[in-house]
Amino acid sequence: MAGNVTIRARIRRVAMAAAAVTVLVAHGAQAQEKPGAAPGKIAAPGKISDGVVRIGVLNDQSGVYADFGGKGSVAAARLAIADFGGKVLGAPVELIDADHQNKADIAAGIARRWYDADKVDAIVELTSSSAALAVQQLTREKKRINIVTGAATSELTGKQCSPYGFHWAFDTHAMAKAVGGALVEQGGKDWFFLTADYAFGHSLEEQTAKFVKSKGGNVVGQVRHPLNAPDFSSFLLQAQNSGAKVIGLANAGMDTANAIKQAAEFGIVQGGQRLASLLVTLSEVHGLGLPAANGLVLSEGFYWDLDDKARAFGQRYQKVTGRMPNMIQAGTYSAVLQYLKAIEAAGTDDADAVATKLRAMPVEDAFSRNGKVLANGRMIHDMYLFEVKKPSESKQAFDYYKLLATIPGNQAFMTVEESGCPLAN
Amino acid sequence: MATKAASPNVADVTAGHKTSPRTIALMIIGLALILVAPFLIYPVFVMKVLCFALFAAAFNLLLGYVGLLSFGHAAFFGGAAYITAYAIKAWGYPPELAILLGTAFAALMGLVFGYVAIKRQGIYFAMITMALAQMFFFFCLQAPFTGGEDGIQGVPRGKLFGFIDLSNSLNMYYFVAAVFVIGFLFIWRVVHSPFGSILKAIRENEQRAISLGYRVSRYKLGAFVISASLAGLAGSVKAIVFQLASLTDVGFQMSGEVVLMTLLGGIGTLMGPVVGAVLVVSLENYLATSSLPVPVVIGSIFVVCVLLFRRGIVGEFNAWMDRKRG
Repeated sequence: MAGNVTIRARIRRVAMAAAAVTVLVAHGAQAQEKPGAAPGKIAAPGKISDGVVRIGVLNDQSGVYADFGGKGSVAAARLAIADFGGKVLGAPVELIDADHQNKADIAAGIARRWYDADKVDAIVELTSSSAALAVQQLTREKKRINIVTGAATSELTGKQCSPYGFHWAFDTHAMAKAVGGALVEQGGKDWFFLTADYAFGHSLEEQTAKFVKSKGGNVVGQVRHPLNAPDFSSFLLQAQNSGAKVIGLANAGMDTANAIKQAAEFGIVQGGQRLASLLVTLSEVHGLGLPAANGLVLSEGFYWDLDDKARAFGQRYQKVTGRMPNMIQAGTYSAVLQYLKAIEAAGTDDADAVATKLRAMPVEDAFSRNGKVLANGRMIHDMYLFEVKKPSESKQAFDYYKLLATIPGNQAFMTVEESGCPLAN
Repeated sequence: MATKAASPNVADVTAGHKTSPRTIALMIIGLALILVAPFLIYPVFVMKVLCFALFAAAFNLLLGYVGLLSFGHAAFFGGAAYITAYAIKAWGYPPELAILLGTAFAALMGLVFGYVAIKRQGIYFAMITMALAQMFFFFCLQAPFTGGEDGIQGVPRGKLFGFIDLSNSLNMYYFVAAVFVIGFLFIWRVVHSPFGSILKAIRENEQRAISLGYRVSRYKLGAFVISASLAGLAGSVKAIVFQLASLTDVGFQMSGEVVLMTLLGGIGTLMGPVVGAVLVVSLENYLATSSLPVPVVIGSIFVVCVLLFRRGIVGEFNAWMDRKRG
C-alpha cells in the first residue's frame, strides 16, 4: 500500500496549498440570489399581465457597492410600493430582489430568469455599469422596462440607449459638470487630477477637465494611479506640491475612500486645497466619518435635508433601515413610484405604453425637483454641489452636507442630441 | 511506461483506469440528464453549469493528472470570451468561427504562459501563472477593445453554421451541451491515452519519468496548452450564452472559483469537477436568500470538505465504492 500512501499525501498537500489560497480568493467571488416569488395565478384585473405587477431590484448586496445601493435600495423600493397603496389598477404589486455581486453574467442570468420564468415586469437599480448595460440589452429584447439608478455610465442613454431603458439619479456627465463646472464658479480655478488608470477614470477626468476649462479654470497637472492602489502617498504629495486649488478624484469605490483617508492624514484640506470627488455619496461619507471626509466637495442629486419633502422621506427611510438614503436609494424610490404612476396613467402594464407615459410625465416626488424624462430615457432633475461639514458643524446624525450650488437639470445633463442616442431621430 | 500508473492502488484516484460497466452506465445516465435537463430546469442556468463544468474539467486535467496547480486559468477563460465576443460583434464572425478563434487565442496564450511557468514547480508555478494572469487582467482593463469595466455587451448569438438560430434558447442549449460532451470526452480520451499515462507518471514521480527517458517539460507544456484551450472553449461558449464578455471572467476570483469547484468535486477524478461546478453554481444561484451570506456558506462547506473528505465528493464516493467491493 506504499503507493497509496504517497498518493494520499500528495493529494493532501495539493489540497491544502490550494485551500489556503482559495479561501482568501473565493470570498470575493461568490454570488447570491433570491429565488423569485412563485408566479401566482390571480384572475387578471384590468390590463395587467398575469394579474400582478412584479418589480425586481437587482444590485450588489454583499460586495463593495453594498452600501452604495444594496439592501437600502430594496427598502426604498418597498416604501415606494407602500406609498402607492400596494396595488395598481386593482392588481397587487410585488417586489423581489437579488444580489448580482457586480458580475455582469450573473446579472444577465438572473434578469433572464426573471423575465422568462418569474414574469417580472420591470428591473430597477442595477448598480455597476457592465451589469446595467447587459440587463438593458436583455430588457430591450424581451420588451420589458428597466430603470437604472445605481450605474454611472452615460452610455445607457447614449449609443446603447433603449426604448425601454431609463436612467434615473445621476450619470458621469452630470457629476463631472456639477463638480467641474460649479466648483470653478466657487473659486476653484486650478485643478490637479488624481485619476484611476482605466477607461472609467480617464473619461471622468476628461469630461471634468472640459467643464473646468469651459468655465475659465485650468488643469495644472494629473497623475494616474493603478486600480485598487493601496498607497496614495506619492500621488497625494504630487498633488499637494502642484499648487492647485482643487484636487479632483477621478476614481471610485475603494480608491476614492483610500485617497480621501490618506489626504486627511496629509492635511491637504487644512492646507487650503480642496478635495473634490466625482463619485461619492452620503453612504461613503458616513463610512469615512466626518473627521476624514470634512471639506470634501461632491455632487449628489438628493440630500435628505434639502427641504421638507426630502426630510419627511429621509426620516421614514431611516425608521426602516437606520440610515439616511443617498441619491441611489432615494432615486430607486422615485423610479419605482414613477413606474407605478405610469402604469396607472397608461391603464396597462404593457411595456410600450408604459415607456411612452414615462417619457411624457413630469417627475415630482421626494427625490426629484423639476424632473422630466428625455427621449433617450434620461431623467433630468436638479443636481447639487455639496461640501462635507466639519465635525463641529454637524448638529445631528447624518447632518453631513452644506449646499454650495444648485445645478438645474437641463444644464447638468446632456441633451438628447449630445448623447448620441439613435432613438432621438 | 510508468508502471505505477497502472497499479490497482491508483484506481481510486484515476477513477477507473479501465472502462468498467459502472463508468459506462454513469456516462449514459449523465448524457440522458443533459438531454432532458432544459425541460426540467431553467436552460440558461444549465448552460452556465455546463460552461463552468467544462472549465473545471479542463483545469482538473492539469491539477489532477499532472499535479500542476495553476492560478491563472481565468486568463484563458476570459481572454477567449473577449476574443469571441469581439469577433462576433465587431467583425461579424459566425459563432462557430468566433469560438474557434477564441479557443485558438487561449491555446496560444497557454503556450506562452506554460512555456514560462513550467520551468518552476509547486508554489512558484502557481505564483507565476497568477502573475501572468494578473498582467492579462490589467491589459483587459486598459485595452480599448474590451470596453474596460463596461465589458463587451450585446453580442448577437447569430446563426450556427448559417442555419441554426442560436437566439432560440433550446438550440443554444443543445449546442452548449454538444460542446460540453465533446470537450469532456476529449479530456477522458486524453486521460486514458498513453500520453495521459505519462502525465500521471510525471505527477507521481517526475524524477523517475525523466530517468525513463521522457522529456517531461514537453509533456507538461502539452498538457498546459490542452487545458488552456479547453478553458478557452468554455469561455468562448459562455460569452455567446450570456451575450457579453466582462472583467469578471478574467479576474483572479474566477481563477479561485475554478480551484474551489475542482477541490469540492474531487481532484483527479473525471466527474469531480463537473459535480463541483454544479454544486458551486447552484449554491450561487439558488441557496442564497437575503439572510444567508453565500460567501460564508460556501466557505463553510469548503472547510468541512477539506477537513472531512479531502478527496472531494466524487473522490470519496469512488473510495467508498472500492471499499464496499472489498
